[in-house]
Amino acid sequence: MRTDGRRLLANPETWLPRLVVAPSFAVILVFVYLFILWTLYISFSHSGVMPNYRFDGLAQYIRLWHTPRWYVALANLGIFTSLFMIGCTAVGLLLAILLDQRVRAEGVIRTIYLYPMAISFIVTGTAWKWILNPGLGIERVMQSMGFTGFHFDWLVDSRMAIFTVVIAGVWQSSGYAMALFLAGLRSIDDEIVKAAAIDGAGAFRTYFRIMLPMLRPVFLSVFVILAHLAIKSFDLVVALTNGGPGYSTDMPATFMYAYAFQRSELGMAAASAVMMLATVMAVIVPYLWSELRAGRQ
Amino acid sequence: MRFSGRAAALTLATGLLLSPGLAKAGGTVEVLHWWTSGGEAKSIGVLKQEFEAAGGKWIDSPVAGGGGDAAMTALRARVVAGNPPSAVQLKGPNIQEWAEQGALTDVDAVAKAENWDAVLPPVIAKIMKYDGKYVAVPFNIHRINWIWVNPAVLAKVGASVPTTWDEFNATAEKLKAAGIIPLAHGGQPWQDLTIFETVVLGIGGADFYRKALVDLDENALKSDTMIKVFDEMRKIRGYVDPNFSGRDWNLATAMVMNGQAAFQIMGDWAKGEFLAANKVPGKDFLCVPAPGNGFILNTDSFAMFKVSGADKIEGQQELAHLIMTPDFQATFNLTKGSIPARIDVPLDKFDDCGKKSAADLKAAIAANTLLPSVAHEMAVPRAIRGEFLDVVTNHFNSDMSSQDAVTQLAAAIERAKQQ
Repeated sequence: MRTDGRRLLANPETWLPRLVVAPSFAVILVFVYLFILWTLYISFSHSGVMPNYRFDGLAQYIRLWHTPRWYVALANLGIFTSLFMIGCTAVGLLLAILLDQRVRAEGVIRTIYLYPMAISFIVTGTAWKWILNPGLGIERVMQSMGFTGFHFDWLVDSRMAIFTVVIAGVWQSSGYAMALFLAGLRSIDDEIVKAAAIDGAGAFRTYFRIMLPMLRPVFLSVFVILAHLAIKSFDLVVALTNGGPGYSTDMPATFMYAYAFQRSELGMAAASAVMMLATVMAVIVPYLWSELRAGRQ
Repeated sequence: MRFSGRAAALTLATGLLLSPGLAKAGGTVEVLHWWTSGGEAKSIGVLKQEFEAAGGKWIDSPVAGGGGDAAMTALRARVVAGNPPSAVQLKGPNIQEWAEQGALTDVDAVAKAENWDAVLPPVIAKIMKYDGKYVAVPFNIHRINWIWVNPAVLAKVGASVPTTWDEFNATAEKLKAAGIIPLAHGGQPWQDLTIFETVVLGIGGADFYRKALVDLDENALKSDTMIKVFDEMRKIRGYVDPNFSGRDWNLATAMVMNGQAAFQIMGDWAKGEFLAANKVPGKDFLCVPAPGNGFILNTDSFAMFKVSGADKIEGQQELAHLIMTPDFQATFNLTKGSIPARIDVPLDKFDDCGKKSAADLKAAIAANTLLPSVAHEMAVPRAIRGEFLDVVTNHFNSDMSSQDAVTQLAAAIERAKQQ
């Protein structure tokens, strides 16, 4: 025993890293994974204003899937996630390719495009709320400039409001996609580009046939990051529309908040949270699996 | 000077009113509330001063934000941890929900000694009681079904104050034709529901209101009367300006104030906005009951939570007594814009709107047309109120037919009842 102890003391590198990581590991274990399990249990219980541990089977899920508002939230999530990901990727890639042309003052321009990422979704949402408000923002400016027929009232139109969330989201996050793509483009070996040029490929072909296929791993990272941003999107909706008009821009996250904290329906809120978790898992697990497999090879 | 005089009077009143066991003032209370904005903070400050003047120790625990959602979250955590505050700002069926959890204690000794049953409207007494005992103490009565009118705007089109919904529609069309916004409204779900319940009372009457919105009777919810209510809501949707979505209620009040709009349908806290802008009731603005015979009420109250320790229990009893003193009820409500929950408080210092409200309240009690508000969490639990909010606001903000709205509403209420 004593010799063992002495050897341990002599070699701190064998135990020190574990000791340092242990507290945060324990904290994450309790406050993330334990509470995920707790939420899972609550979703199968008869909880209302207070947690109630009486097992209630799938009742909360059945009620959830009979609620029209949940379908609105899911449809919005689908619309927002797909358009947000397509929008950010397209705008980000375009900006990255344009910046990749060795333009002057690239550092300044890059910072400008990346800057929206530095402010929170709350600020973005509030700013766009004013910009898109028909009585204050774009519509009013255009009309006061003489274009009296100009109408842009998506923010207050329950059918179009979800697209204003997309606009604000893309504005905020496409700079981040740009940075990732730019890094990817820069990491491609110059020799390959030169070889393509010697073979007579034009700029267009070089990008679409050679460089973009080589960016596959970057695309994957961008998709995963944007997808989880979209699924957990909450603050942007709260600041921009607060779920309105009516509940037309409700998302699963705002739905969960409304049921847990405004309506005292903890059980149903937990059920919707579990559904969100399942959605995120559906995106993350295949990605992690492919990454881990690639790492092992 | 004024304050110390009142304090002396109060100490005297304490001695006179309370049974000998409770006569000694003092004790500790911790109060969880979200009255943090200007006028409200001032009102609760009055209670704090009086409690401290009576020799007690007041621990203030305000939790701002989200119209009480943040405070409810804090409350849940406190109750789970076994350390609840003495008194919490709770209202309506939420009181019953917490009582069913076994979290509340009663202040029936004070209530019996002071004969609260005789001075509170029965509708309010019922809400404050669980199992026949008072577990909560009411502060005030807000009336919901008011229309706030700008008489100068109405004069422009030569119209008078509407007394039926048909007249309201005709006047609104006239105003619209004259390029004036008929109804100032903020497109937030609770404001939509405030108009909805006012219309339910106006079109269906008090008995229908009680059946459909309080007893949640399926036949009433699916009836032709309810379809007519949604038809009227569709018409009202045409009387608001296109930019109403998400607007706060006080901005809508400002629109009536500065003549942009003619009407606002809102509870009597709107009066505070007019008064703060130095407008005179009866001259610059009118407060008239919305078409319909009845009184929809909203009451703020403190629910008493189970605490341990003689000091804390004493404080709780003292607080219950203080809130119900006629003097405090008058002072509190003068700053908040409502009227006292006690019906025996002299109203000399109140303005005409307050006096009108109190007179209508007495008439409503006599005629059994005093009704609890759904929009303001007086009639039904939060889960059911939430379903009302969803359907009403969804109908208001889309082109849903009245028939569909009624069908959806009945289905949603049925679903929420399962909880």
